[in-house]
Amino acid sequence: MILTNIEAIPSRKIVEHFGLVCGSTVRAKNAFKDIGAGFKNIVGGELKSYTALMEESRRQAVERMEQQAQQLGANAIVNVRFSTSNIAQGAAELYVYGTAVRIE
Amino acid sequence: MGDLIYLIILIGVGYFIGTQVEKKHYKSIKEREAKFLYLPVVSSENLLEEKVVNEARLVYGNAVISTDYFKSILAGLRNLLGGEVSAFETLLDRARREAILRLKEKAQGADIILNLRVETCRISQTGSSEVLAYGTAVYYKK
Repeated sequence: MILTNIEAIPSRKIVEHFGLVCGSTVRAKNAFKDIGAGFKNIVGGELKSYTALMEESRRQAVERMEQQAQQLGANAIVNVRFSTSNIAQGAAELYVYGTAVRIE
Repeated sequence: MGDLIYLIILIGVGYFIGTQVEKKHYKSIKEREAKFLYLPVVSSENLLEEKVVNEARLVYGNAVISTDYFKSILAGLRNLLGGEVSAFETLLDRARREAILRLKEKAQGADIILNLRVETCRISQTGSSEVLAYGTAVYYKK
């Protein structure tokens, strides 16, 4: 599965469009990791556990989108966009969407 | 009185360690930015020159960064008068540059990164934000 966030795949020809595909996941943070994050809020800096958590969740959202595209018979997704929103205290939704296409 | 001492300790710890952490982070960012100078990142969708492309793929990098206690207090004071909150500006600048560097690390060997998008989301009430950078890594046919 080829993913790009531009409207085409350079040097390849799109032969069929399948419309929008998307994947999402809602994740809550780990209360134990949050204690560490509380300390970090005093000294500042990067919250490595959260970075890893967000990355892993985003990968899952992308996988879900890829699965949906595969079911449609696509072999690429163009114009992929990410969106993150804080939907409740301590929970975030990671959403990814794009256009499933078939390339030569 | 106890509370006040506790507060002063928190501010002091936040200030000294926070400043150290920021200095160290900026140093490492500058070093890595110099290392990745060969890989241009553009926000346009099209290749600027005619090239045959071998491979194109999505790459992304993220960073979650948190404010320190001293900066929170500083920003709180700023809220009274309004104006520029430079303490948070450097914080987001660090997170953004870090996210772009991670994206570049994932795109090693690429010739150019097209259509870079950067988005920011606040993920906790206490002042930590996530920055996500994503784009399309393009590899030319050699």
